[in-house]
This record gives sequence, structure tokens and C-alpha cells, in this order.
Amino acid sequence: MGTVKALARKLAFYLVAALIAITIDFFIPRMVPGNAVAAQLANLHGTITPATLKGLYEEFGLSGHQSAWDQYVHYWGQLLHGNLGTSTSFYPASVSSVIGGGIYWTLGLVGIATLISFALGTALGIVVAWRRGSVLDNVLPALTFFQAAPYFFLAILLVALLGTSLHWFPLLGGYSITENPAWNLGYVQDVLDHAFLPALTIVLASAAGWTVGMRNVMVTTMDEDYVLMAQAKGLPKRRVLSYAARNAILPSVTGFSLAIGFVVSGALLTEIVFSYPGIGYLLKQAVLNHDYPLLQGLFLIITFAVLAANLIGDFVYVFLDPRARREA
Amino acid sequence: MTTVASVGAPGVPSPVMIPATRRRIRLPRSAKVITGTTLFAIFVFLAIFGSALSPYDPDFITTATNGTPQPPSAAHLLGTTNLQQDVLSQLLTGTRPIMLVAFLAGAAATVLAVLIGVAAGYFGGLVDDLLSLLINVSLVLPALPLLIVLTGFLGTSSSANDPLIALIIAVTGWAWGARVLRVQVLSMRNRDFVESARLIGERPWRIIGFEIMPSLIPIIASSFLFTVIYAIGTYASLAYLGLINASHWSWGTMLFWAGNLQAEQSGWWWWFVPPGLAIALLGTALALLNFGIDEFINPRLRAAGLSRKAARGAGLPRRFRLGLTPVTARALEGTDLADSAHDRAIPDTEIPR
Repeated sequence: MGTVKALARKLAFYLVAALIAITIDFFIPRMVPGNAVAAQLANLHGTITPATLKGLYEEFGLSGHQSAWDQYVHYWGQLLHGNLGTSTSFYPASVSSVIGGGIYWTLGLVGIATLISFALGTALGIVVAWRRGSVLDNVLPALTFFQAAPYFFLAILLVALLGTSLHWFPLLGGYSITENPAWNLGYVQDVLDHAFLPALTIVLASAAGWTVGMRNVMVTTMDEDYVLMAQAKGLPKRRVLSYAARNAILPSVTGFSLAIGFVVSGALLTEIVFSYPGIGYLLKQAVLNHDYPLLQGLFLIITFAVLAANLIGDFVYVFLDPRARREA
Repeated sequence: MTTVASVGAPGVPSPVMIPATRRRIRLPRSAKVITGTTLFAIFVFLAIFGSALSPYDPDFITTATNGTPQPPSAAHLLGTTNLQQDVLSQLLTGTRPIMLVAFLAGAAATVLAVLIGVAAGYFGGLVDDLLSLLINVSLVLPALPLLIVLTGFLGTSSSANDPLIALIIAVTGWAWGARVLRVQVLSMRNRDFVESARLIGERPWRIIGFEIMPSLIPIIASSFLFTVIYAIGTYASLAYLGLINASHWSWGTMLFWAGNLQAEQSGWWWWFVPPGLAIALLGTALALLNFGIDEFINPRLRAAGLSRKAARGAGLPRRFRLGLTPVTARALEGTDLADSAHDRAIPDTEIPR
């Protein structure tokens, strides 16, 4: 009973968050001072059909016929039909089809890299905390450096070191143009080769945060009475460690919501450095070409993805921690 | 953050008990803090005098260009760009904008965090429900995509409007601090000293300002540094994406030009390593200072960070023992918590294995 209630509360929160994100997405183009959007749309005369242009003017509230409320209702109607508008830079492709072409690359890359970094970082945090006072303590300042360096700088360094100088990995893109995109071994191998450096960047940059967080909680948890009790009973070291670690990991799961936004943001920049054909690359194209419908669509998709990841994290937490079920 | 919880731990003297002269916050004198402070001082110096120390104007084209960046030499200590502009001069000139934006954003975000977090924690009820919703929604919405879309629409690429950019960054970066502050105020609201101030008939703003705020200072400082680090990365990212006027020299714009001309694929390391390293070092310096604040808040982290020699000097066993919290007077040196730690010194007992 408690579980269902707790899950329902989480779900309601993320629905509200999604609602707010959609509303922000509606208001951003309308808050812009001056007429930057109108100026850009005026440039499009001749390149797209008059009907599409008229649609764009209406979409950004520049036609002057509708009240703001009517526009908002219209915007929702379009959204509920899955219509995100027409991209101006990939014209005549629709925004949804442009995003659809990039989203799987991003989901694969960021999803796998985030899981690896969470597992690696947490494990390292446990070890550093357990062996505190040893040489391992010196790992922390080094990790701080990786945490402070922007993702895209790490990406640039990896390209320069492992790509350009050593020629270990391909530099750019998601797959070789010479490979025929089909599900055969050569293609899969090629895709993995191309994904290695971007994934390494994300893991290097984000694992440090998990390590420092886990280590700090673990240091405190190891002083709890139940850990001492487990030790006093003569349980093997490994069991004691797992008791402490299982309790110390809970804040990391909660901290997931704070971190995932950062990781996704960093991953988008990483994609841009590697010209990886995902959402980040599309974002850069949209910005460079002033493709406002695509920009709006990308913001929504990225936000929804982050909210979904958060929801999963919260659900996992409810199952892991009985207290979360009792509170509701 | 769990480290924060220990501020309210029973062993820590509440602010009303400390005489006013001892209320200063002094960071532990650990190697981390000293390194952090030194690095940070260097960057502040460069932010103030950097453009005066630059050997050339950052835009100055020093020799006729053949389009190939020149490696470091005596004339150009960090080499040149493809236009034969001096990289060192760009690096020095570029220090000020990023520091200004980062600290402006940090200050604005901290003000927002304190106002919203403290109000939510202190007033409770409906105010708390609404503000908590605002805080949590701001936390889960991804900031950088929002910033990219905002700056994309605002067209900041044509003019360098640093204060505006700092404010936009602050709007996306205040929620973390607000959440931590809210939890802390919530736990203090019903403490005796706050309760008695309320009974005397003090007004809410006075209770918040003079009773609660002083003990929030370490958390506020920590959240300020956190936001500054976030703002440095964000400003650099926006500049790297070309969303900030590319002729306005900052470390991010240097990386933008280096990236655009594919310096990393051509082996022109002197062009992209200095600005990237500078960003990372500035961030590291602030993070090290933050470690100091964390250790100030949570003495257990402090003892864990002692060097081997220091630990032996303090009479601690060579390897830590489970259940033994090594909160030592030595580790507390330089903080105003030192006296209370002497009273609470934990005996060095053997623990059965």
C-alpha cells in the first residue's frame, strides 16, 4: 500500500515538472526582447513554402491574430498530436523526424556511459573510504581535477592524445562512411570503436563525482554502531563492508537526480566535440542555423529524458529504502 | 549532502553559546586548503592585472600569417593562433571575464538560494510546499540545454553582455543551495534558542537574520563556491559553443576558435591546452577550498584526510579501526571547534577482530 502511494507521489511530481518544462518551452521565444525571431524568420522567405512560414509565424506568436492563451492552447494541441513543427535547417523534415534520427545515438552512448561511471565511481568510493589513511587518499585531489575540468576539454584532450597522436581510435562521427549501416559484425565493431572515446570522456568526467560523494557518506557510515557490531561479531571483512556500503549508497541514488542533469549537459558537449550524430550535435546545428522549432523540440526531448531518468532513480530508491515507503 | 547534517549534531556548540569574538570561521590548515587558496589567489591576481601583463594585444596580428599556428618560442611563450595572435596574451586577458561572470553568478544564485531556502524552511506549511516544488522542479530541469535555448533566442552571440549571462546562469544554478539550506533551517526552527527568541517576541526577519543565519554561514559559503564552479563550466561551455560573442576574449572563446580550426586534430596543443587547463585549475582551486569547508562542517572527513605523518603525530593508529572516529585535536587545529574536541576526545581502544 505504502509503495503504491509513494510511487504515485513521485509520478505526480514529475508530471508537474513536465508541465512546467512545456510551459517554459512555450514562453522562451515570446520573452525575447526585440524581434530576433521575426528577423530570423524573415530570412527564410524563398527557402520554404509560404504556408510553412505562416505556420512558423503563428507558432512563435508573431502573426498577431491570436491571444496568448489561444496560442498556448494551440501549442498544447500540436504537442499532444506529437507535432513539434517543421525544422528550418533540415527543411522539409519535421522536427520529430530530425530528433528521431539522433536520439538513439545519444541514448545508447549516454545511458551506457552513465551506468559504467556510476558503478565504477561508487566502487572506487567504497574502496577509498575503507582504506582511508592509506595512499589511496591521494586519489581525491586528482579526482577533483577531473570533476572541475569541463567535459568538452577532456574530450579535446582525448582526441589529441589517443586519436591524433596515437591513432588508436577514430576521431569523429558515430560510424565510418565506408561502412554500410547494417547489423553485421563489422558495423557493430565500427560503431563501438567510434563510441569508445566519447564514452571514456563521460566516464572520466562523471565518475569523480560519484566517488567523492560515496566516499564521504561511507566514512560516516563506517562509524555507525551496526557496522561495529558486525565487526565485533567476527563477520568476515567482506560482509561488514557490504553492510556499510549498502546503506551508504542510498544518498548516491538520491543524488542521481542532481547529477543526471549535469551528466546529460556534459554529454551533449562531448558529442559536439566528437561530431557524434546525436542530440548534442543537433543542438549545435540548431543554434548555428537559428532553427528555433528544432531548438524548442530538442529542449523538450532532453528535459523529458532527464525527468524519465529521475523517475526511474526515484522508483529504485523507493524499492531500496523501506523508510521512503513509510513516509508516504 | 550528508556532511551538512552534522552541523546540527549535539556536540557542535550552537551559535548563541559562542562569544562573539570567536565566531569567525577559520578553515583547517590542511594541504588541500593551502593549495586551493594559493591557486585561487594567483587567478584573482591575473584577473586584476592580466590584461596589463599581456605582452601583446590579444587581437594583434604579430606577423604576416601563413595560417599555421606557431609553437611556443621566446617571442611567444605559449605560441600563436592561426592568425598569429599571441596565445599567452589571450589567456591573460581572458581571465577577467570568466572570473567576473562566475562570481556575479555565484553571488546572485546564493542570494536567491538563501531567500528561497530559508523562507521555505522557516515558514513551513503552504509556503514550504510551494517553494519546495519550485526548488525540486528547478533541480530536475537540465540547466545547460535551457541555457543554450535561452541564449540562442536572446542572441547573445552578437554582443558580449556578461552581466546578463551571469544572471541567466544564476537563475539555473540556485536550487541546489536552496535545498540544502531549507533542510538545515527546518532542523533549527524548533531548537531552544530559536524558540526562546520567538517567545520574547522577536520579529521573524530578526530571528532569521541574527539567530539562524550565523550558523548557516559554512553551508552558504559551500553553496556559493559550488555555484561559482558551476558558473565557470557553464560560461566556458556557452562560449565554446559560440553562444557568446567570439571576439570577446575569455578562455571559452579561445577554445571555440581552437575547436573551429580543429587544433586538437592538428596537434596544436599550445592553443587549447592553456585555456582548458586554466578552467580546470580554477575549478580545482575552488573545489579544494570547498573540501576545507566540508571538513570544517564534518570533523570525521577532516581526520580521514590527515596525512600519515600527521596521523602518527596525533597518536592515531597507522591504519584506521572500525568504529573509532579519529576526531583529533590535531585535526581540529585552526578551527574554533578545537576546545570542544578536547572534551570529546575518543580513547584509542583496541577493537576485537
